[in-house]
Amino acid sequence: VLPRSPRLPLTLHVNGQDLDVFVPVHKTLLEVLREDLDLTGTKHGCELGECGACAVLINGQPVLSCLALPVEYQAPSSILTVEGLADGATPHPLQDAFAELGAAQCGYCTPGMLLTAKALLDAAPAPTRDQIVEALSGNLCRCTGYVKIFEAVELAAGRLREAVA
Amino acid sequence: MTVVAEPEFDVVGTNLRKPDGLPKTTGAARFADDLKLPRMIFCRLLRATRPHARIVAIDTSAAETLPGVCAVITGDALPIKYGVLPVGQDEQALCTDKVRYVGDAVAAVAAVDEETAERALDLIEVSYAELPTYLTIEEGLTRPGEPIHEGKFGNAHRAVALEFGDVDAALAGADHVFEDTYFFQGNTHLPLEQHACVAEWNPAGKLTMWTSTQSPHYVHKELAKALGLREDQVRVIAPPVGGGFGGKLELFQHEAAAARLAMLTGRPVKSALNREEVFYCHRGRHPVLMWVKTGWSSDGCLLGMDFQSFVDGGAYTSYGAASLYYTGALQTVCEHIPAYRFQGVRVLTNKPPCGPKRGHGTPQPRYALECHFDSVAERLGMAVLDLRRKNFLGPNAQTVNHLRITSNGLEQCVDIVDHESKFAERTGRLPFGKGVGFAVGAYLCGAGLPLYWNDMPHSAVDIRLDRSGLVTVSCGQIDIGQGSNAMLVTVVSEALGARPEQISLVSADTDLTPIDLGSYSSRVTFMAGNAAISAANQLRNLLVNAAADELDVPVDELVLRRGELWRRDRLGPKLTFPELVKLAESHGGALTATGSYKPPRLGGPYKGSGVGPSPAYSYSAAVVEVDVDPLTGWVTVDRVWLAHDIGRALNPVLVEGQIEGSIYMALGEVLMEEQEFRGERGPRVLGVHRIPSMLEYKSPTTFETPEIRTFLIESHDPEGPFGAKEVGQGPLLPVIPAVANAVHDAVGVRIDETPITPEKVLKALESAAKRHGPARVPSYPFPRLIKVAPPWESVAP
Repeated sequence: VLPRSPRLPLTLHVNGQDLDVFVPVHKTLLEVLREDLDLTGTKHGCELGECGACAVLINGQPVLSCLALPVEYQAPSSILTVEGLADGATPHPLQDAFAELGAAQCGYCTPGMLLTAKALLDAAPAPTRDQIVEALSGNLCRCTGYVKIFEAVELAAGRLREAVA
Repeated sequence: MTVVAEPEFDVVGTNLRKPDGLPKTTGAARFADDLKLPRMIFCRLLRATRPHARIVAIDTSAAETLPGVCAVITGDALPIKYGVLPVGQDEQALCTDKVRYVGDAVAAVAAVDEETAERALDLIEVSYAELPTYLTIEEGLTRPGEPIHEGKFGNAHRAVALEFGDVDAALAGADHVFEDTYFFQGNTHLPLEQHACVAEWNPAGKLTMWTSTQSPHYVHKELAKALGLREDQVRVIAPPVGGGFGGKLELFQHEAAAARLAMLTGRPVKSALNREEVFYCHRGRHPVLMWVKTGWSSDGCLLGMDFQSFVDGGAYTSYGAASLYYTGALQTVCEHIPAYRFQGVRVLTNKPPCGPKRGHGTPQPRYALECHFDSVAERLGMAVLDLRRKNFLGPNAQTVNHLRITSNGLEQCVDIVDHESKFAERTGRLPFGKGVGFAVGAYLCGAGLPLYWNDMPHSAVDIRLDRSGLVTVSCGQIDIGQGSNAMLVTVVSEALGARPEQISLVSADTDLTPIDLGSYSSRVTFMAGNAAISAANQLRNLLVNAAADELDVPVDELVLRRGELWRRDRLGPKLTFPELVKLAESHGGALTATGSYKPPRLGGPYKGSGVGPSPAYSYSAAVVEVDVDPLTGWVTVDRVWLAHDIGRALNPVLVEGQIEGSIYMALGEVLMEEQEFRGERGPRVLGVHRIPSMLEYKSPTTFETPEIRTFLIESHDPEGPFGAKEVGQGPLLPVIPAVANAVHDAVGVRIDETPITPEKVLKALESAAKRHGPARVPSYPFPRLIKVAPPWESVAP
C-alpha cells in the first residue's frame, strides 16, 4: 500500500475571489472545486477527459478540470465555474437561453456546455452554426441531440450583441 | 352580455419554461453526488474479475486494519435476494456463493475518503473457482455445464410462445411469403451522470437514501427487502437525475451496500460510481437475434406474421421477463395483421444484465419489421409507401393480440414526412451513394400494468392551496430531464386556473409525496398528468362554489383563469387567487385534494397479455437522408424528417427536444454504439467489456448531428391529459430502420445487423447477396403454443 500523498497549501482565484485550499498534490482541479470549495455546479461524467462535463474556464479558455492539477493554475490564474457565470443574481444570457429553449434537459452536461460556449462567444460574438458545432464537439450530451443547444447559443449570441450595440 | 373571446388554453400549448431550467443552468441544481452530509464517509465496491466463478474464500482482514477504514462487508451482511420483478428475485447486493459477470460486487468498504476505500479494496483477497462461461445466445443454449442460475431449462431464462389466429393457414393461403433474419446489437444508456447515492441511518430505525433513480418507488421496495427492513423504515429521495434512459430503474448493488454500511457505522455513506462501473451496471438494450416471416396477397395486403426473437439477457433477470415479451408485443399496433405468432426465449449469459432502454424491447423488433417491409416492397415490386398505406390499422381499432388502439395519427405522420422530404419522388432515383429511407413506429403511453400485481393507482398527485395563493403540488414523479416537472406545472395551472408561477412542486420523496411508479414506459405525462387534473378539478370546484355562494351567482356564470376569477358578464370586481382561497377556506376549511390515476383494464384473455396494453399509443414516421461512401463504407446522416403523433403538445419546445434527443439516440444505436465483451469473438480475458469508456464507446457528438425537421401531429387522445400522449421514447423507433433503409437506397445493400459500421457496409458491397447480417436463428424447442382467438373471433367476455 502506497503512503498517503503529501498536501500543499494553494491559493486559487475562483469566480473573482482568492480561495485557500490545503489539498493532496494529485487531487484534480475538478475534485478540489467540488469537494474542497463546494462548487458542485461543475460536473463529472468520466474523470478521464472524454465527456466535457467538467469544463471550466481558466484565463478565458476551456479546460477539462478532471485533467488539471490545481498546482498548475494557482492565483493569479483566473478560474471561472458555472457559479461565477451569472452577474450577481442576473443569469448570463447563455444561462437564460438554455433555460428558455429546454437546452438543459437533465442539465448534467450543461455547466460544461455553458462555459465552453462562453469562451466561443467571447472570441466570436456572431458565430456560425459550424463554429458552434466545432466549439462544442468535445462536450457530450445524451439528452438533447444538441439541436436546442445550438439554438440557445445562437439566441444568447444575438442578445449579447444587442446588449453591446 | 358581452362575450369576450378567450383562447382555449392559457398554459397548455405554450412554451412554458421548465421550473428547473435556471437551477440547471446556474449550477444550483443539486444532483446526488453533489450532496454532502456532516461526518459523511465513502463506499467503494470490490467487483468480480471473473465472468462466472464460485467464491471459495474472501479475506478482508488486511483491509479492515488499514487506517481510515470504517467498515468492510461481504455477502453475509446483505444475503437477501431481490429483483425489480416479482419473478426475478435473483440478485444480491454482495454475492455470497458465486459471481455471474465481471463487475458483480463481492465486498464493500466504507472509509474516510474514496482513496482510502480504494486502497482497502486492493487488500481484499478473493479466491475463485472458475465455472464454464456463457457469453453468447448460442453458448447459453448449447454449452454444457453449471447454468448461471438454477432453473429447469439451463440458461434459457424464460420462453414465450403465443399464436393469435391461424398463422400457418394464413401463410399457406398467401400469394407471396418472405422471411428475413436480423440482429440488433446491445448498447447502453450512457447517462452523463454516473450513478451516485448517499445513505443515512437514524438509529431510531429509519434509513434515508438520496439516489439518482428514475423510480424512487421501486428502489424503496427493493432496498427495504435487501436490508430486511419494513418498507416504512425506508425513505428514498431522488434528487434531479442526470440522465436515465432506463438505466436507473431498479436497486443497484452500491445503493444497498451504502445503506448497510450507514447502518453499521452510524455515519452517512456516499457511494458514487466511476464511468467504468456504469458500463458494468448496464441494464441496457438487449442484443436480439430475430427471424420474421410474412405472407402477402398479390395486391400487397399483409395476411400473417411469424416472429421469433432470441434475447441475450446478461446474468440476471432485471426487467428481462418483460423485455422478452416486449420483443413480441407491439408488432401489431401499426398494421392490421390478421394472424400473428410470436415465439421468444431470453438466454442468460455471463455479462452485465440487460434491461430497459428507451423503447424497452421494442426498437429491436421494430428495426427488423421496418427493414423487412422495405425489402418486401422491393421484392413485390411495389412502392414502399403504397405497400405501407394499404395495411395501416387506423384509429379506434383492436389488434390481433387484443391491444386497444384509440387515437392514431400515423397516417398523417406518414403523409407529412413524405411530403416534406419528397420521399416518394426521390427514393430509388438519387445518385449512387445518396439515399432516403422510410420507417414508422409506435410506443406505449405508460404500461397498462405495474411491475408487481396490484389494483392500486399508478400515480397520485396531492395539491394544497395556501391562503397566500401558493399551490403546492406533490407527486412521486421524478424529472430525469424529460420535462415532467414542467408538465405538472402546465397541467395543474391550466386545470386549476392558476398562474404557473404560483406553483411549488414537491417531487420524488417516498415519505412526502404520493405514489408514482417512476419515469419509465413513457407513463408520467399520461398518468401523473391525469392524476393532477383530477386533484385540480376538485379544488377548482371548491373555489368556484365558494365564490358562487359569496357573489350569489350560478357557478357557470363564473370564470377562473390565469389566477383570477370574474363574472362571465364582466360585472363586479375580479377576485384574485389569494382572495378566492381565503373565501373558500372560510367556507369549508383547509383546501387540499388528491387525484389518482389507474389505467383502464386492458389486455387479452391469455397468459402474457400484461405486456403491451397501454391506455394510448403514440405514433411516429421518419424519413432519413444519408450519404454512403462506397469506398470506405462510411455512412453520414444528412437530414431527418420526423413526424410524431403527440396527441396534444402540452409544451411544443419540450416536445421537440424529446424528438431531437430520440433521433440522436437512435443514430448512435444504428451507426456506432455497441456494448461488446471480450470472448464473444475468440478467446481472451472472458467477459471483460471491450470499451468501457466514453472515448471508445462511440456516441454521436455535435459533428454527427444532422439537420432535423420535426412535425407534431395532434390527434387529441380521448383519455390523455388535455389529449396529450408520450414523446420520450416513440420517436426513437422509426429512425433506426429508416437509416438502414436509406443505406439500401443509397448503395443497394441490406445491413441486417446493427450498428451499421463502415466494415459491414463494405462487406455487404463485396458480397454476392449484397447483404450483411445473420444467416439463421438457432433451432430452439419453444414451449407449446398458447393459441388465442383474435378479438374479432372471440365471444365477448
